[in-house]
Amino acid sequence: MSDYQHEVEELERESATAARLFDVRRIIGGLFAVYGVIVTIAGIMASEADLKKAQDININLWTGLGMLALGLFFLAWMQLRPAIPPTVDELTGEPGPPAS
Amino acid sequence: MITLAEGLRLPTNGLDYTILAIYFIVVLGIGFAARRSVRTSLDFFLSGRSLPAWVTGLAFVAANLGATEILGMAANGAQYGAYTVHWYWIGAIPAMVFLGLVMMPFYYGSKVRSVPEFLLHRFGPSSHLLSSVIFAVSSVLIAGVNLYAMAIVLQALLGWPQWVAIVIAGFFVLVYITIGGLSSAIYNEVLQFFVILAALIPLTVVGLKRVGGWDGLTDSLTSSHGDAFLTAWKGTGIGEGNPLGANWLTIVLGLGFVMSFGYWTTNFAEVQRALSAKNLSAAKRTPLIAAFPKIFIPMVVVVPGLIALVMEPTLGKDKDGLQYNDAIPVLMRDLLPNGVLGIAVTGLLAAFMAGMAANVSSFNTVFTNDIWAAYLKKGRPDSHYLKTGRVVTAVGVLIGMGTAFIASSFSNIMNYLQTLFSFFNVPLFVVFIIGMFWKRTSAAAGFWGLLSGTVAAMINYFGLYKQGVISIPSEQGANFVSSIVAFVVGALVMLVVTLFTKPKPAESLAGLVYGTRSPGMEEPPAEGDDAWYRKPALLGWGAIVLAVICYVPFSF
Repeated sequence: MSDYQHEVEELERESATAARLFDVRRIIGGLFAVYGVIVTIAGIMASEADLKKAQDININLWTGLGMLALGLFFLAWMQLRPAIPPTVDELTGEPGPPAS
Repeated sequence: MITLAEGLRLPTNGLDYTILAIYFIVVLGIGFAARRSVRTSLDFFLSGRSLPAWVTGLAFVAANLGATEILGMAANGAQYGAYTVHWYWIGAIPAMVFLGLVMMPFYYGSKVRSVPEFLLHRFGPSSHLLSSVIFAVSSVLIAGVNLYAMAIVLQALLGWPQWVAIVIAGFFVLVYITIGGLSSAIYNEVLQFFVILAALIPLTVVGLKRVGGWDGLTDSLTSSHGDAFLTAWKGTGIGEGNPLGANWLTIVLGLGFVMSFGYWTTNFAEVQRALSAKNLSAAKRTPLIAAFPKIFIPMVVVVPGLIALVMEPTLGKDKDGLQYNDAIPVLMRDLLPNGVLGIAVTGLLAAFMAGMAANVSSFNTVFTNDIWAAYLKKGRPDSHYLKTGRVVTAVGVLIGMGTAFIASSFSNIMNYLQTLFSFFNVPLFVVFIIGMFWKRTSAAAGFWGLLSGTVAAMINYFGLYKQGVISIPSEQGANFVSSIVAFVVGALVMLVVTLFTKPKPAESLAGLVYGTRSPGMEEPPAEGDDAWYRKPALLGWGAIVLAVICYVPFSF
C-alpha cells in the first residue's frame, strides 16, 4: 500500500464526521414542515386574485400540504430508522461484534 | 452568459421574503452545526469519507442542478424544443452509470482525494500539475461567472442592485463552507434539491393548466413550430436540418459520449460527492442514485420552457424583448401567487448558491491537496492543511466575487474563457479512460494527451469554426464537433507517445489500472449493502433502460 493510502486511512480513523455530524433528515424535515405550514396558511387565506393568477388552482394550499407531507416523512423516517453512529471498533477497523 | 429582459420584476411581498429569510438562517445553521464534525482535513475536504449513499447521490445531482443549468435548459427547451432531452437521457445517464459501475472502483478504491490526485499516481507530476492548475483556475472563474449571473437575475426579479446580490450570496457561501467544509456544502445541496423541486413542480402544474394540458401544449407548438419541434430525432439524419444544428452522429458521439463522459466522469465538483461516501458500495451508488432524478428533471425544466413559448410567442425573437433565458422567470411572474412565489425565489437563489458552493468546495480541495500539499508545503501536520483549506476557501470566494464584478464589464471575455475551459474535460477523459484500461500507457503519454487534445479542440473551435473554415450550423453543433476532435487527437497522441516511451513499473499501478487491485479492496459489502435494491448493477442498468423508455414517446 502506498504512503498516501496509509495517510488517508490514518485520517479516516481520526475523522469525526461519522460520529459527530448531525442527521440531514432533521434539517429537511424541519424546514419543510415549517414551509409547509406557512404556505398552507397562505393557501387557506388565498384571495380571488391569487386563485385567478394560478389558473383557479389553489396552488399555495396544494404545495403547502405537499411540503408538509415531505417534511413529516423525513422526520418520521429519522424516528423509525435513526442513524447509528459507528462503534469504536468499526472506526479503528477492527472486526467488532455483529450489529444487531 | 445569462441576461434577463426588463419588466420581469416579481410581485414579491413580506410573505415571500419571510420564506427567503428562513432559508438563509437554515443555511448558516447547517454550517455552524457541521462545525463540530470537522476534526481532520479529510473531514473538511471529503466529509471523512463517511456519508450515506442517498445523501451523496442527491448532492451529486444537485451540484449539477445550479440555477444557470435550470434557466439554461428551460431556454434550450424554448429554443430547440424536445431535442433538449438529449442533454439528459443520452448526454448524462450513460456517463453517470459508467462513472458508478466502471470508474468508481478505481477512484474510491485507490483512496485518492481528488480527480487530479488520481493522475499523479497513475501518470506523474506533469499531468497532475497541469490538470490541478487548470481545474483550480477554472472553478474560481466559473464560481465568479455564476455569481454574476445570479446578480443579473436578482436585479431583474427582485430589484436588488448587483453588488448587493454578489456580496450577500458570496458571504453566505464563504461562511458555511469555511466553517462546515464539504459536509456543509453537501447538506445544503440536498436541501436545495428539495426546495428547487418544490418550486418547479407547482410552476409546471399551473403552467400546463394555463396552456390546456399536455395536449394543448403539443397542439399549439405543432401548429406554430411544426411537427419536428416536439420530437427528439426528426431531421437529425446527416445532411438534414433541425433546430439543434447537429446530426445523430454528433449527438451520439459528441454529446452522448465525449462531452458527457468528459463532464460527468472527470469533473471533480461532481466526483467529489461520490468520494465522500462511506464505502465503495455507497460511492458506486452515488451517481446511480443521482441518475433517477436526472431522468425526470426535464419534466419540470424543459416543459416550462415549452410552456413559456406558448404563453409568450415572441420569446427570443426580438433583441429588445423577452429572451429564451427569461422562460422560467416569466412563468414565475405570471402564474405564481405570493407564498409559492417565495418558495420559487428561494429555490432559484439556493440553486445559485449551491452551484457556486460546489465549485468552491472542489476548488479548495484541489488547491490544498494537489497544489499546496503536493508541491509547495510538503509534509506538514494535518492541522496545517485543515487551516490552509479554510483560508483557501475564503480566498477562492473573494476571487470569485472579484471575477463577478469584472464580468459585468467584460462579459464577452468571460464567455470565451468558459468555452476554453470546457475543452479541458474531454482530453482529461481520454487520459483517464486509456490510463485505466491500458497498463502500458506511460507518464509522458498522459501529459501530452492532455495538452494536445485541449489544443486541438481550441484550434477546431476558434481557428476553424469561428473563422468559417468549416461550416457548422450552430454553436452547440460546433461544441459537439470540437469535443470529438479533442478526443481523437488526444487518443492518437497518447497511443504514439506510449509506443516510444517507457511504461511505469507494474507494481506502482496497483488499484489504478483495470485488472489490478488496491490492497484491502476485496472487503465484503457492509451490513445492509447486500440488499437487492442496493445492487449497483441493477440500479445502473435500470437507469439506462428507463432513459431508453423515456425516448419512445419522442421518437416517432
